[in-house]
Amino acid sequence: MSTAPQVRSLNCTNCGAPLTIRAGGHTLTVVCERCLTLLDARDPALSVLQTFQARQRVQPLIPLGRRGELRGSTWEAIGFQVREIVVESVAYNWSEYLLYNPFKGFRYLTEYDGHWNFVATLRALPEETTARGRQAVRYLGQTYACFQSASARTIFVLGEFPWQFRVGEAVYVSDYIAPPRAVSAERTQNEVAWSLGEYLPGGEVWKAFKLPGACPPARGIYSNQPSPDGPNARSVWTVCLALVGLLAAMMFLFSVGARQEEVFQSSYTFSTAMKGETSFVTPVFELKGRPSNVEVKVDTDLENDWAYLSFTLINEQSGEGFDFGREIGYYHGVDTDGSWSEGGRDDRVLVPSVPPGRYYLRVEPDMNDEDGKAHSVRYQVKVRRDVPYNPFFWIAGLLLLVPPIFVSLRAAGFEKARWQESSFVSDSKSDREDE
Amino acid sequence: MSQPVANCPNCGAAVRFRFSSAVQSVCEYCRSIVVRRDVNLERVGEVSDLPPDPSPIQITTEGIYRNRPFVVAGRILYEYEQGGWNEWHIVFSDGKSGWLSDAMAEYAVTFGVVPTPEPLPPAEKIHRGRRFRWYGADYQVTLLTPARYRGVEGELPFEYWNKQQVLFADLRTSDARFGTIDYSERPALLFLGESVEFEALRLKNLRRVEGWDA
Repeated sequence: MSTAPQVRSLNCTNCGAPLTIRAGGHTLTVVCERCLTLLDARDPALSVLQTFQARQRVQPLIPLGRRGELRGSTWEAIGFQVREIVVESVAYNWSEYLLYNPFKGFRYLTEYDGHWNFVATLRALPEETTARGRQAVRYLGQTYACFQSASARTIFVLGEFPWQFRVGEAVYVSDYIAPPRAVSAERTQNEVAWSLGEYLPGGEVWKAFKLPGACPPARGIYSNQPSPDGPNARSVWTVCLALVGLLAAMMFLFSVGARQEEVFQSSYTFSTAMKGETSFVTPVFELKGRPSNVEVKVDTDLENDWAYLSFTLINEQSGEGFDFGREIGYYHGVDTDGSWSEGGRDDRVLVPSVPPGRYYLRVEPDMNDEDGKAHSVRYQVKVRRDVPYNPFFWIAGLLLLVPPIFVSLRAAGFEKARWQESSFVSDSKSDREDE
Repeated sequence: MSQPVANCPNCGAAVRFRFSSAVQSVCEYCRSIVVRRDVNLERVGEVSDLPPDPSPIQITTEGIYRNRPFVVAGRILYEYEQGGWNEWHIVFSDGKSGWLSDAMAEYAVTFGVVPTPEPLPPAEKIHRGRRFRWYGADYQVTLLTPARYRGVEGELPFEYWNKQQVLFADLRTSDARFGTIDYSERPALLFLGESVEFEALRLKNLRRVEGWDA
């Protein structure tokens, strides 16, 4: 049985420093870390391809040669490059680690400001399309919206790569997002290389490669960073709407179950011209069933006037009473803005938890008598036992909607912040220019 | 499975054809390429030393594709500007031949399609982005690779030796189907299949890779 060659130890043609090739047979370009020279790994003489100048040396966060467990497989970091895009004359740099497994091939880890992505080349071909007026791609049933397109240059490189390149070379990169995933296209003259990235918290990279200390914190919001509320919003809405549905069902049952029995009704007239005691008591009526509410409804014929009605609901046996009152006022007219009205002619009082028994009402009407004119009102008093009373349900229902609305607003804020970094949001661009 | 044995016309060593579909084999001793002509073996060439190869696959590797077991019987090695890749000739238990391509540990299983669903465009007319609709799928030419035949090993289902430049057109679909138009012959050959994950093939009897577990 033969052994597949993997590791080769060599010396740099340029400076003589020792070199290791970890993916023998695949590697076409290897970089001397000491003199920053790209060497042709296929050439037995290891000929020099390029010596590049770096503005500054970059230390990879994952040391080359380090192995880590990611997505159920072991990957060895064998190459590292820093790539740069320039947007509105601001340069943005990100790092790419080339990972290798002799059986499973190559993967990538990208890192920008503490945000990581685990990237694999695509086996299927994304279809270009548009979504909400934006360029997009469809890949395996999911739509990815174009986030940014730019020319990306390699500005620093270490380790080894299974392709030939030079530092300074540029490819046209487009990123399409459907958080937590992103599809990227790297376009060159001869090929479009598609890849799929999945957002990875820095802590997972740290754990996978057993890196010392804590991972640098992620700054800002990254293009395909999953919204902390995105998946939540849906489940919070589901739970809350289910509870609202339950409330509605309970409300319905209570309404159907209410007796809504009319126990008393009578009409009266009051006038400020009347002398003496204005209060009176109604005939006795019976309130049946379990303790429940009593509705006292008053209808008047007020015209640009008000009346105050004091009530006491009195239990005939115990003499115990419930006091309540209502001011009813109705005004209307026509002015330069047209016709107007204020208040209303009727009102109602709901007395909660009245035990069953024989009751009567004491009524005391009152009206304005300070202008020296006579005021009068005709009014009807209607008493109903056990009416549907729903404000609790409405309040509970509204309170239930608070968490999902809050989560959705926060998720929307996150998406807004995300897309502000996109090269396709023109208004945010002009905002930034104004600053 | 019959295993006809004949002697190498060059060195006299036994040359075994383990697969009835095999037409060509390589003498393991003198590296002569021998082909079956009626009942005789004919030496048609010699394999030069193959370069060190990082593929974990070797002749006799076994695997499973769509619940059908196969064994690796031979291979063709190609070289192109950005490296090399293997087309492993795989033979299923029913004797049917297929190809397992291994390009930088990206795997695809394909089968020769004869006759082709339509006459294929000649090499000078093929270009990236060209689309074909075959068997309910939209194939798109994603890559043209001018390659060089580098060598063969083991048993192959057709004569394949001493080729020079070969043009390949890779085809992909939105649902991970994969195809190749092989311009080494006229008319061109068509292979269709799909990309597969390493794990899905459940390969056994792989080469050992120092420092790594499969």
